This record gives sequence, structure tokens and C-alpha cells, in this order.
Amino acid sequence: MAAETATAGLRTFWSGTITFGLVSVPISLFAATRTRGTALRLVDKNGAPVERRYVCSKDGKELDWDDIVRGYEVKKGTFVIVTDEELEAIEPRKTREIDLRTFVPVDQIDPKYFDSAYFLVPSAATNKAYRLLAHVMEKNQRAGIATFVMRAKEYVVAIIAENGILRAETLRFADELRSAEDLELPKPAKPKRAAETKFERAIASRSGKLDLRVFLDDYAERLEKLVEKKQRAHRDVVRVAAGEAAPESEGGEVIDLMAALRQSLGSGRKPARRSSARKKTAKKR
Amino acid sequence: MAQAIWKGVIKIGSVRLPVKFYSAVHDESVHFRLLHKTDHAPVKQKLVSSATGDELSAGDIRKAYPVTPRQMVILEDEELDKLEPKSSRDIEIKKFVDPDTIDHRLYERAYFLGPDGDSGDYFAAAEALRKKGKEGVARWVMRNREYAGALRYEDGYLMLITLRYAEEVIDANALEAPSGRALNPREVQMAGQLIEALESEFDPTQYHDEYRARVLELIKTKQRGGKVKVKAFRPKKTDDQSLDRVLAASLARAKKAS
Repeated sequence: MAAETATAGLRTFWSGTITFGLVSVPISLFAATRTRGTALRLVDKNGAPVERRYVCSKDGKELDWDDIVRGYEVKKGTFVIVTDEELEAIEPRKTREIDLRTFVPVDQIDPKYFDSAYFLVPSAATNKAYRLLAHVMEKNQRAGIATFVMRAKEYVVAIIAENGILRAETLRFADELRSAEDLELPKPAKPKRAAETKFERAIASRSGKLDLRVFLDDYAERLEKLVEKKQRAHRDVVRVAAGEAAPESEGGEVIDLMAALRQSLGSGRKPARRSSARKKTAKKR
Repeated sequence: MAQAIWKGVIKIGSVRLPVKFYSAVHDESVHFRLLHKTDHAPVKQKLVSSATGDELSAGDIRKAYPVTPRQMVILEDEELDKLEPKSSRDIEIKKFVDPDTIDHRLYERAYFLGPDGDSGDYFAAAEALRKKGKEGVARWVMRNREYAGALRYEDGYLMLITLRYAEEVIDANALEAPSGRALNPREVQMAGQLIEALESEFDPTQYHDEYRARVLELIKTKQRGGKVKVKAFRPKKTDDQSLDRVLAASLARAKKAS
């Protein structure tokens, strides 16, 4: 089974081409979201990082990706093996191409459809077609819509340009969303004027601006306080031995995503291991 | 009526509205198991210490907070338990903001809210939200986890979409866009015309997951012992020199089609 390829230390979720008209632009998809700095790492009693290994449940042997296949359980304990090649062969084109046949106003896409975001990084030696598409889409405030297949699943995707960079927002299919009718919620009834006024006033009194970037994360704050306290008391502070792999977080992300992305987009800095996860916090205090 | 997954009380200052949560999203992916190639036995994951290579059981594993890449503070389960948010039914609306002020990528998962008890207040709240044209930013604790969410008007009802933490989303403005020689104005113009020719309204109902059914079909074929033909698709790429020509051809084709 093919493992995901990594470019500049970043995990490529998908690579292929994006087409509009007869123009084809080779690109790779990278996650546009990352694990939070407060994500905890798993370690053993002495603080050595925990590693995940795959083993066969029958003979207990440790397995590499090449020893692993995908199976679909048709009845308990009976699997039909399906290969990556077969899954691609179902829709060879959609597995390799995002064909933008429709462009829509970006603000027409309702937030309830948004699922995950990825950056599109040009993977060819030339990037003119990429820059052209990003420029024109951003200027016109248009998103390109297409369906494509990634990791054996079909997605409807909106390609959006921002700051000269293309990103893919996977959307939920309309039939993946339940309606109020599906849920059998009571039918809307005309509200009483007094009740409506009560809510209108409440809304008006709380309207304003809110910076979501400084939106307090209470849990993270409490966690940091505990860590600082233990650090000051020199309690349970462990060193990661030099040369040892940086521990995997629960989300499995240790690379500084930003640095790696910057490099992939072509500004040339080598990706670094994530520096102090809470450096910002340390400065703040 | 569908099964509610949680109950809470929306609080806007002193105004309260009891609601029930319903999942608005249902995921229908085909799930595969990982199997050992030679004996087709399911694959398990095992956790080992990177220092000793020994397998670790749940009792041997600690959680640690990375202070620097070389230093961590180990946290015991009892300590972490104490940090857990206090359970509460309150869904507090911090602010009502203009729509489009929340970055697309923060939206995570949609829940329908339904009335819990008297529906008069519920529909009054939905109507008031529509009239004011606002979106409420909410905080609440559900099943030991703190959430932020956007309270929105949705076709006569209230919808709450959970939000990611801003820290989880990489800002495109913090990245440097691919650079190169200035774009050719003629190509910019043609690309613009091409996008205009392909413009339409966003209609989510016109897209369907056709792949899922075909994956299940493939599985059935293989189960019966049938063979599957494997053919590959090789995408083309447009080089810089021919971009101008390819754009012109695309435009001609788009115009003919419309």
C-alpha cells in the first residue's frame, strides 16, 4: 500500500492537476489546519516519546506500510481486499484531476458546507498558470467548484484564492446535510411580537466586533498554568535526549507547518522542527 | 422526531432559550480495515517506547506538555482531570457579529437546534436573528469539552456551527505566494473571460457522491471473484510558453458551449 509522500517534511494529501478550460496546473494539497500548540505528547514513564507501530493481530509481527493492504469487511471476519490501483481505476480522472467547470461567487457558499481546508502548492517547475488562476479568481472573488477523489472518497470542493495562494475547501455534499424536515423539527410558526422584540433587544445589546484570534481558550490557559507551576517546582520535568525523535503529538504533527509550507510555496526556508510550542505565551507573560 | 444528542440553554444576557441539539451532518464514507498482506489478519497498533523499543500498556503511558523541543513536563491523569471544564447546560452568546466576519475555515460541524419545550420563544429567537442579520458567537461545554460556535439563522430555524480555534488555522496572509515574472495582461484578460464564461450560481444539490456506490460495487464484484480492470489516467500540464494559446482555445470552446 502506498504511503503518503512527503515534500519538505509536509504530508501531501493529494497530488494531481487542477484544470480550467484546457489549462492544466500540477499541484499538491497540504493541510491548512494544524494541531494546537497545547496538544499533549505521549511518553513513557521516563519521558521517552511513544512510537506507534503496526503489528499483525495473528502473528504479532511488526509491519511496514508495504506489508499492509486495505480490506472491506463483508461479514464478520471476512474481508474483500481492495488495492489502491483498483480504487483509482473506479474514477481514474477524478483521482488525478480537479476540473473546475463552474465558478461561483465566494460569498454564496453557506458556512454549513465547509469541511476541511488545504493549501494548493504548485508542483511543476513553472508556476505561471497557477499564479494566473490565483490572480484572476481573487480579483473576481470567484470560487471554482468541482468534485474529485482523494483517499478513496469523493469530495465536492471549492477552490478559493487568497493572497495569491489557492486553497481547496472540501464541502459536504448536500445530501450529507440533514434538513429540519429530515429531523422532523416542528414547523416554524409565526412568533408573538413581544417574544420577538425580547430577542431582538437581546441581540442588539450584544452586537459588536469580536476578534476570534484572541478568543480565550480556557482549557489551554489552565493547562499552561499547571505546566508553569510544575516547571517552577522542577516536578516531572524531563529532557528529550538529543538525537531522539521529537515526540509525536496526539494529532501526529511535529513539523512546523508554516515553515514547511513557506518553503513549498517557494520562498526557500528549510522547514524546522516546531520550536517552543508556547514561545508566544512565554513572551506574553 | 429524531433523537436529540444534547440539551442546553442559550443565554443572551438574562434572556434564556432552552434548545435541543441535532446533528445536521451525517457521514457516509466506506470504511476499510487495514490487514496484513500475507495472512489477511487485521492490523493492530502497538505503542512502544522510543528509548527501549518495549511495548507499552496504557498504564505505562503518560501525557506530556512540550515546553521546548527538548523539554517536557509530564502531567498525571489526575492533574488533567482537574483541568476539565465544569459541566454546564449554558450556551453563552458572547457577541453578535456581522455575517462574513468569521473565516470560512473556522467552521467545523453544523448542528440544528430545536425547541426544548415551548416553541414560541424558539421561533421568535430565529426570526429576531434573521431580522437583525447577525451571527452569534457562542461558548459552551458539551461532554467535557469546551466549544466555540456560530449561532445562525437557517431557513426558519436556529443552527449552531462549531468553530475551530483560530490557532488551528494557518493564515494565508502569513505565507508567501509563489512568485515569478509579472503576468501577461493579455493572459490575465483571457483567464478572466474564461472564468466569466464558466460562471454560475452555487447550487450544492447538483453534486453527488457517485464514487461511494461504485466502491461498494467494486467490492461486490471482487467478492464474487470477478476481475477489475485497472487503467490509469495521466493528466497533462500546460507549460508557460503555450499558456497563451491554450487560454485562447479554452475561451473559444467555452463560448461555443454557451
